[in-house]
Amino acid sequence: MEPRRMGTAATPTLRPAAPIRMAAARAVGVSKVYGSGDAAVTALDGVSIDIERGRYTAIMGPSGSGKSTLMHCLAGLDEVTSGEVYISDVKLTGLSDRRLTTLRREKVGFVFQQFNLLPTLTAVENITLPLAIAGRKPDIDWLAEVVDTVGLGDRLTHRPSELSGGQQQRVACARALVSRPDVIFADEPTGNLDSHASADVLGFLKRSVREFGQTIVMVTHDPNAASYADRVVFLNDGKIVDELLDPTSEGVLERMKHLDADVRGHGAA
Amino acid sequence: MLRATLKSLLSRKLRLVLSGLAVVLGVMAVSGALIVSSTLTKSFDELFRIITADVDVQVTGQANVKSNEGGEPVTAPVPADVVSKVAAVPGVAKAYGEVAADGARVVGPNGKVIVNQGPPMLGTAWRGEDSLAELRAGRGPTAPNEVAINASLAKRGNFQVGQQIEVLTLQPKKTFTLVGIFGYSGDRDTVGGETMVAFTEPVAQELILGTPGAYSNIVVKAQDGVDQATLRDRVRAAIGDGYQVQTGDEVVKQQAADTSSFVTVVQRVLLGFAGVALFVGIFLILNTFSILVAQRTGELALLRSLGASRRQVIGSVLLEAVIIGVIASTLGFFAGMGVAALLKSVMQSFSGATLPGAWLVIPPSAVIAAYLVGVLVTVVAAVLPALRASRVAPVEAMREAETNTRPSARLSVVGGVLTLGGVAAVAAALFGDLGGATLWTLLVGVMGAFIGVAMLTPVVAGPVVNVIGRALSFTTSGKLGRLNSARNPRRTAITAAALMIGIALVTGVSVLASSLTKSIEQAVRTDLNAELMIGTTGGGPALPPVFDPAVIDKAAATPGVERAVGLRFDAVQIGAEATFAVGADVPGLADVLRMQPTAGELRTLRSGEVVVDDEFATAHNLSVGGTLTMATQRGGQRDYTVVGIYQKNQLANGPVISLEESADAFRTGQLNQGFVRLAPGADVGAVRAELDRLVADNPEVSVMDQSALLQQAKSSVNTVVVMLYVLLGLALVIAILGIVNTMALSVLERTRELGLVRAVGMRRGQVVQMVTVESVVIAVFGALLGVLVGGVLGSAVVRALRDEGVPELALPWTSMATFMALAVVIGLFAAILPAIRAARTNVLAAIAYE
Repeated sequence: MEPRRMGTAATPTLRPAAPIRMAAARAVGVSKVYGSGDAAVTALDGVSIDIERGRYTAIMGPSGSGKSTLMHCLAGLDEVTSGEVYISDVKLTGLSDRRLTTLRREKVGFVFQQFNLLPTLTAVENITLPLAIAGRKPDIDWLAEVVDTVGLGDRLTHRPSELSGGQQQRVACARALVSRPDVIFADEPTGNLDSHASADVLGFLKRSVREFGQTIVMVTHDPNAASYADRVVFLNDGKIVDELLDPTSEGVLERMKHLDADVRGHGAA
Repeated sequence: MLRATLKSLLSRKLRLVLSGLAVVLGVMAVSGALIVSSTLTKSFDELFRIITADVDVQVTGQANVKSNEGGEPVTAPVPADVVSKVAAVPGVAKAYGEVAADGARVVGPNGKVIVNQGPPMLGTAWRGEDSLAELRAGRGPTAPNEVAINASLAKRGNFQVGQQIEVLTLQPKKTFTLVGIFGYSGDRDTVGGETMVAFTEPVAQELILGTPGAYSNIVVKAQDGVDQATLRDRVRAAIGDGYQVQTGDEVVKQQAADTSSFVTVVQRVLLGFAGVALFVGIFLILNTFSILVAQRTGELALLRSLGASRRQVIGSVLLEAVIIGVIASTLGFFAGMGVAALLKSVMQSFSGATLPGAWLVIPPSAVIAAYLVGVLVTVVAAVLPALRASRVAPVEAMREAETNTRPSARLSVVGGVLTLGGVAAVAAALFGDLGGATLWTLLVGVMGAFIGVAMLTPVVAGPVVNVIGRALSFTTSGKLGRLNSARNPRRTAITAAALMIGIALVTGVSVLASSLTKSIEQAVRTDLNAELMIGTTGGGPALPPVFDPAVIDKAAATPGVERAVGLRFDAVQIGAEATFAVGADVPGLADVLRMQPTAGELRTLRSGEVVVDDEFATAHNLSVGGTLTMATQRGGQRDYTVVGIYQKNQLANGPVISLEESADAFRTGQLNQGFVRLAPGADVGAVRAELDRLVADNPEVSVMDQSALLQQAKSSVNTVVVMLYVLLGLALVIAILGIVNTMALSVLERTRELGLVRAVGMRRGQVVQMVTVESVVIAVFGALLGVLVGGVLGSAVVRALRDEGVPELALPWTSMATFMALAVVIGLFAAILPAIRAARTNVLAAIAYE
């Protein structure tokens, strides 16, 4: 039984990959099934999506809609059951752990909801960790610019336990940025923050898209957070059901209400 | 509460197995010690009952020297006429003289003496078959050049009736014709592992007792209806004093008492083993419980907020300890039975004897001790963590708990006090005079020092680990590993402390050994004024080897030889004390051993004269002209006049009597040792080749130059050291378990961090490297502490032994470096499983929070 809005909303997401601007990340007919037999749960059901380069994409949906699974699959953290996933021009499906790790190291940045930093390292060491792991020297100018943008100048030698939640998350953002990845995946980056710190982090992510041309994919359930994005993709029951460009938090809230109503109606039927 | 405890126990099987293993090993050694000693005691008891089945009363001469040094004490021979006296006593059915003594060594097919490890090598007079002995082949000896041997010896030497066989006795090698091979009732080849050579009676008296016409003992068989005690009293009355008269039961008891010292040694070694295992095990268990409690803070706080009292929390942790203790004790006990069975079969195969009696005798004390020790150790180790658990406030259930990782000041103070107290106790034991309390004070002191240092380790762990880590962390993952190891100094410290103990003990032994070796070297260099020595090649039987005095005369006549001095040594009795005395030409001995007179003169002695060293003189309150009352094995007790006192040195000490007198007074008239000094310019190799020819027919004796002499001394020190290493290896095994345990828990604790670093691009190999560096850092830290503590401890012991033959202190740098290298290997080894586990961390599961 298909949700009502599917038909209209699907059109823009299903348009073929733009020939001029290649997508930063791409899912083609991705399905993800956990378990098998009677216990099988379909988390993603034939999802296709292009993540445009230099854009800020938010993925929204009620809990259990598959939004986190989609992000994990796009980021190469989880294997898909069928379909294909690309980051830039590299096909992730079927890559060895070693190749996947290298790819994450070079082309992907992460910001998680919590437990984002290593407690034994200082802020600046955390920021440069992916480079250090790869055995690369950080680009000093770029590092300074990133650090300046997140506004952590005087806290670089502090350890995470000496930083506030918002500051920790800004360190995490800086870490994601510093290796200039093709795409940054942010999983509920403001889930644990108060509204003030949230605004800081979201504003920073938005600026990195505007000023540095960074590509960001953010999973969230907060309409306000989603309103910072250029594009919001709505997921339900493992399928993309809607999309909104240049969203406002009211607009997002409105769509979410409809989604919820659909779910309820769906459940009642 | 009980159910909650059991559930949490079951959910952490692996960790419990690891921490329980230390207890299992300790309990294994404790119960093994008790079971093997009661099994052996019982076996020996039955063995002696079999041997003395025919003995109702036994008459032996008194022993002049009551020392087992250098073989069984020689009892004075019983003259033949005593046998007829005893036979005439009313109630005696039969009385006959026996000749049986240790010291008949047979040369095997490879030209070397067939040596027994432990059981005697008896020489006897053949008395025909009886209820015990039965001929398997041939006949008994009837001519002076004939012998029969027991089946055990025949099998070991592959001897056949009719062939020639060479036997060394109190006299040098003699050749006999083998005319018979005998075994024992019950199809035994040997009764208790002994080898036996049976001569005709006169030959045995001459070669084995050294006294023609005498017996070593008289066996008396009672007439029916005469009880043993009555007959003993009658015999005693008939022959007067000067003999030891015992009933058969008393003989069994005395022999059992003699062997009990051997059983006691086995028992002590195993108990020492157990002590080390359990002591190190305590650290391991303490650490495991601490980590478990820290991990369960949330769970405990929840229990508390649901209404569980402090006492219930303590109870739940201790109950966990008791359950682990009981399970580990049970396993350890069964393992102990295995060890006892193994030891018994090893002993049997070494001695070739089939020990009679039950396969294993399990005394109740073994069961009690196993559970008492196992449970007690576990519970004691769990007390501190349990107290910490009880201090978890209910509110901590609500918030993310930050583990306290700073070293506590109180802990450090207590640690400091314990360390100082331990060091003081060790010093008092080593340098003071505490009499019987010395050993215990030393043990308590060492344990106190170990615990104290362990408590102090958290303070140094942070900085030291950082320094060690820097050497290892040239990559990012290595650096992360180093940071992780410095993260919880208390845990790192206690894990390292377990390794410290093992390494410290090994290092201490090593310091002692190298100092001993250096002291010997020094002694040979400064005190030995001879290039060649004639003597044992080492590793021989309890009896020292002998050679013909003519060898020395011939050596002295060899071109290039300036001086040849022969000597014999034997145990002597001075009052209640048994010691060694030497028989030699004093001026010659003084020359080759560089003895310096401090009083009187060092001249050739006459019968009844003695020279002693200065310390001996002081200890026995002797001065020149004084009288020393001393009993020799065959000479009995007599007074000796002190004619000279010499300065004790590394090679020369104790009483020296004249060569001629010692020939009759000591166990043998042969020589035990010879020193040869060369004329200036003589070629050592050439002279040595000449002398080799003189002793070529003697398989027990060889000619050694100084380097060979040193080599031999070193190898005998090394043998002991290797044995100790093997024992202490157990402590290292437990320490490795401790590191594995800590690493496994650390990996588990940091699942999320591992997920994070994997997500941001760390390869599996790098994760393995990170965990490995952490493990190696802990191991190297422990080894460093161990080498330090062991070095200090060993040096203290060496200093305390300054006057006991270890004047030199030598630190074994090579061994110490080896131990450090070993620590790296241990660290690598311990990291294997945790690292694999860390590398397998599922990134998604680690970071997913919902």
